[in-house]
Amino acid sequence: MAHFSHFSRIASRLIVSLTMAGAAAAAVALTVGQPAPALELPGVQGNISLAAAKGKVVYVDFWASWCGPCRQSFPWMNEMQAKYGSRGLQIIGVNLDAKREDADKFLAQTPAKFTLAFDAKGDTPRAFAVKGMPTSVLVGADGKVIEQHSGFHDDDRKALEDAIVAALAKAGR
Amino acid sequence: MHFPSHATRPGQPMARRLLRAASAGALIALGLLASGCSSFQPPQPWEKGTLARKDMTFETDPLDQRFVQHIYFSKEAASGGYGVGGGGCGCN
Repeated sequence: MAHFSHFSRIASRLIVSLTMAGAAAAAVALTVGQPAPALELPGVQGNISLAAAKGKVVYVDFWASWCGPCRQSFPWMNEMQAKYGSRGLQIIGVNLDAKREDADKFLAQTPAKFTLAFDAKGDTPRAFAVKGMPTSVLVGADGKVIEQHSGFHDDDRKALEDAIVAALAKAGR
Repeated sequence: MHFPSHATRPGQPMARRLLRAASAGALIALGLLASGCSSFQPPQPWEKGTLARKDMTFETDPLDQRFVQHIYFSKEAASGGYGVGGGGCGCN
């Protein structure tokens, strides 16, 4: 009988651990007003990190080559970087393609005139609680999350730009 | 627990061992069944590159598919995930 209870203990432990593994999937969330999660990724040349951009307003954009709205957002992000770069805006486009070639092909068609970073493993979108593609996270000069935005529509442009301008103004720029 | 009949029936300990192994196996199988697919992770939004491919859609004609999906989400008040309007990235 002692053996039997030993086996059942193992089995119940297995049940508990399996259900916990399932529940842990959707645990992360991004909180506005809280410091942004760490971001340290390889870029085109050298490493890109959010910590290094402290003091700047950072617009982190998670994109992939297969995502249609991402393609639409690129010209807008180029425009924003050109317009507000001198006032202290840094756009970091984090590519989430599993294969780097896909990203390079996309970039050949859709040039990016802002900082690029590459995360094929997907650790940063998990940390930033990305729920859709593209997702952008606006981080203030103090390193705290201002807002998170999912998707990219033409009607989103104004609201997103307003948020950038407000963040720059708050940082005194 | 003691079963005095052990000594008289030598075949029984083997049978009990088998029964014990079988019940342990059944418990583990039950555990796997009870947790179902909860241990399997659905693809994350950034992992849908393959799903977003054109040849992964159910219909061949993009216009027809758009039409069918439009009717579907108008009736069901739910949309997304079929590669229509946003490449299956859940963002329409």
